[in-house]
Amino acid sequence: MPKQLPKPEQLIDLLAEQIKPQLHPDCALVGIHTGGVWIMDALVERLGIVGNPNIPRGVLDIAFYRDDFSRIGLHPETKPSHLPFDVEDRSILLIDDVLFTGRTIRAAMNLLFDYGRPAAIKLAVLVDRGGRELPVCADYVGLKLDLAADEHISLEKNETEGLHFVMKRKP
Amino acid sequence: MSANNLQLTDDGRLRHLLTLDGLPARILTQILDTAESFLGVSEAERDVKKVPLLRGKAIFNIFFENSTRTRTTFEIAAKRLSADVVNLNINASSQSKGETLLDTIANLSAMQADMFIVRHAAAGAGHLIARHVAPHIHIVNAGDGRCSHPTQGLLDMFTLRHYKGPFHNLRVAIVGDVLHSRVARSQIHALTTLGCPEVRVVAPKTLLPRDVENLGVHVFHKMSEGIKDVDAVLMLRLQNERMRGARLPSAGEYYKHWGLTPDKLKLAKPDAIVMHPGPMNRGVEIDSAVADGMQSVILSQVTFGIAVRMAVMSILAGN
Repeated sequence: MPKQLPKPEQLIDLLAEQIKPQLHPDCALVGIHTGGVWIMDALVERLGIVGNPNIPRGVLDIAFYRDDFSRIGLHPETKPSHLPFDVEDRSILLIDDVLFTGRTIRAAMNLLFDYGRPAAIKLAVLVDRGGRELPVCADYVGLKLDLAADEHISLEKNETEGLHFVMKRKP
Repeated sequence: MSANNLQLTDDGRLRHLLTLDGLPARILTQILDTAESFLGVSEAERDVKKVPLLRGKAIFNIFFENSTRTRTTFEIAAKRLSADVVNLNINASSQSKGETLLDTIANLSAMQADMFIVRHAAAGAGHLIARHVAPHIHIVNAGDGRCSHPTQGLLDMFTLRHYKGPFHNLRVAIVGDVLHSRVARSQIHALTTLGCPEVRVVAPKTLLPRDVENLGVHVFHKMSEGIKDVDAVLMLRLQNERMRGARLPSAGEYYKHWGLTPDKLKLAKPDAIVMHPGPMNRGVEIDSAVADGMQSVILSQVTFGIAVRMAVMSILAGN
């Protein structure tokens, strides 16, 4: 476990630096609830695309596409997905907070394909913590960590601390 | 055994949906919140207007009583969840050959059913089935006798919350044949559980159950008083067969006193909404000018009903 938790705002800066030179002029940004949406909102400012009508934004909740529904049932708090643009033939930048097993990204891609056939999907994550169970890798990574299987890092947000990471041990 | 012992798992999750009577607010709210997310599944932006949640599950719609809207919306809901749906109208089937209800269910269970959506003329039919099915099978009551129609009650709550906001600010009138209405009972249980401070029932004495005040409602026998300043008017269907009994003089007489006309609706708040579970008897309990008017949300109820039933089925299947 790292001695000091990373600072999300610094990692968002790093992410923006990587994305900016490669940002497709007609792409769409899609954040995965909830952490991915926070990061997307912060990235939009860093990328200088606030209010840019050519780069629309969408949000995804993957609850209806999870692969563990038959084991743990429906997530108690689902949120609506909203993609206010045509996915067909569009380049999409998918944004999430922590990349772990890759199962969330698999679910998010299936959801995107139910809206249309995108031209390309790229993935940006704030932290890649290792432990992949599916062949998924991110195109833009704020920080790579090598966490043990029982260590869990998650992004949280509140009024006093803003965006911050929380580390927990659970089996 | 109370209904909740049947409806809830040991750790308080929904196993069957049989009645809204006694169901805790957290479960009602979870269903309404989940339904919000399902509304988007049918939005125009989606190429594929379904989600894979119940892929491979078999859902049997078993209707021992006629219904078009409820059966169809359950079917659409199940299909939008990618379940396999089988519709059975038992009137015209084995029951007429003498098979018992439980034998019918046992046979369908042997066909690997995961969920039964049941409508039956006898109160408690869903409870009876729930007591006898294997633990992995879920039951949804789609209307039993005069007793309960929980998904209708839930979609009415969804519609109310959608247009009028939180329940603790609302004054709601349920108007019409409360006595024979399973919809009214489900609405009353849901409204009181969700914290609606003033639930009114407005009906002639002959169409009210004797102990209706015990349900926590205010009783009105005059339409003009009952719908005064309400936020929502929930009309009930007058079943034609009631007309033939001694409870009511005639359809024309009923309309005169209890039909919702534009003039009577003016007594409610100016932004009040009008709901009806359908099918409507135009010119009996509701005037066409109201049914098709600006304040009517009757067709939204149908649309929302699909999302609410998707929520119920997916919560049950996951528990």
